[in-house]
Amino acid sequence: MLPSPAEVGRAFVSELPILMEHTAVTVQEALYGLLIGIVFAFAVAVLMDAVPFIKAALYPVLVISQTIPTIAIAPLLVLWMGFDMTPKITLVVLTTFFPIAVSLLDGFQSADKDEINLLRSMGAGRFQIFRYIKLPGAGEQFFSGLKVSASYAVVGAVISEWLGGFEGLGVYMTRVKQAYAFDKMFAVIILISLLSLVLMAVVALLKKITMPYLDK
Amino acid sequence: MEKLVAAGISVVYDGEKIIEDVSLTLNEGELVSLLGVSGSGKTTVFNVLSGLLKPDEGKVLIDGRDITGKPGDISYMLQKDMLLRHLTVIDNVSLPLVLKGMGKKEAREKARSYLPDFGLEGTENKYPKELSGGMRQRCALLRTYLTGADVALLDEPFSALDTLTKASVHRWYMDIMERIKLSTVFVTHDIDEAVLLSDRVYILSGKPGRITEEIKIDIPKPRDPLSDEFIRYKREIIAKIV
Repeated sequence: MLPSPAEVGRAFVSELPILMEHTAVTVQEALYGLLIGIVFAFAVAVLMDAVPFIKAALYPVLVISQTIPTIAIAPLLVLWMGFDMTPKITLVVLTTFFPIAVSLLDGFQSADKDEINLLRSMGAGRFQIFRYIKLPGAGEQFFSGLKVSASYAVVGAVISEWLGGFEGLGVYMTRVKQAYAFDKMFAVIILISLLSLVLMAVVALLKKITMPYLDK
Repeated sequence: MEKLVAAGISVVYDGEKIIEDVSLTLNEGELVSLLGVSGSGKTTVFNVLSGLLKPDEGKVLIDGRDITGKPGDISYMLQKDMLLRHLTVIDNVSLPLVLKGMGKKEAREKARSYLPDFGLEGTENKYPKELSGGMRQRCALLRTYLTGADVALLDEPFSALDTLTKASVHRWYMDIMERIKLSTVFVTHDIDEAVLLSDRVYILSGKPGRITEEIKIDIPKPRDPLSDEFIRYKREIIAKIV
């Protein structure tokens, strides 16, 4: 039942072409989902920061939405949206959105009051204060949220593929599981971990590039 | 000539009067200190003068123009240098120009020409974390200056510096003030600093805070903090502040 590392390695090599095809699909879903998640998170965080009423109304809803298990909504999404990429991307958006939105909001709201006053005294408007204080100040929090979300993104895409679809690593996984091909199963698990790691490394690199003024 | 006038300022916060009937004037080219113990309402006066806080009573005039509750005419600086860490020195100091709508390139150009005067040559592409404490303060002062206001409000700007750095920054500040025709209100609890730098000293004390004394410091500058006169002024102030 438990394949040796050599067997897993061999399976990985022999299955590589197929795995790559499925990887392309899964990575696409993860990236699209993550990007859309970032855009939504950004919009919601900006709104909640700017209008206290929206924050009060929306924040609890967001928190509660996070208690709904992903695995329970995935089949529903498939039923509603079909077997193509849309339900998968939607699920990734749902899982990646929250960590980014919350960390961004925290970042915006922890802006230094004295710095904001200083810019006001220089005649800065709301947008300028956002541009020069709040946005750059939230950079670190944003990237910690993004790191968490990046690791969710690949896993989220795979889970949604389990529950309906024709391509992707999740589909491959269900197939090899049904064939009791444990060596291939382990090969794909390792591949998924690697993908998450690569994505997180990319996030770390982005942080370094966009925020060169940080200490290590 | 009167540059800045505060007349009859009172501030109530949470039903409690913080400062009452505070009036002071700053003449052109003068350095005036507002001296008070902690809790006397110095920061409140500071916030009213800078326009960040609208007083419940009283007015703030600059060149005879009413600026009560309107920030933007007086530049100010706190103990924290508040340099934005994500901007380089040149972008930090040119920020007030950019905020007023000047193009980035032009703003940098203008700011660059002041770097030597402020002892900041060669640092323009550095980030604030790479500067020493004294340099950061000078950088913040240049930014203050480039806001274009000819009145500066400083709230214990040098109190985080070590004694030797402080002495050199003091000398340098007096010099630069003269050169760029700046009038300064200096908020401090440091009596030595007040006597060393000020033309006049206002003492803020009591609860709610009131101006209880105005003392003219009649010693030619630069002053020797060990001279008899200097110590006499210090004694006088200490006697009046407690």
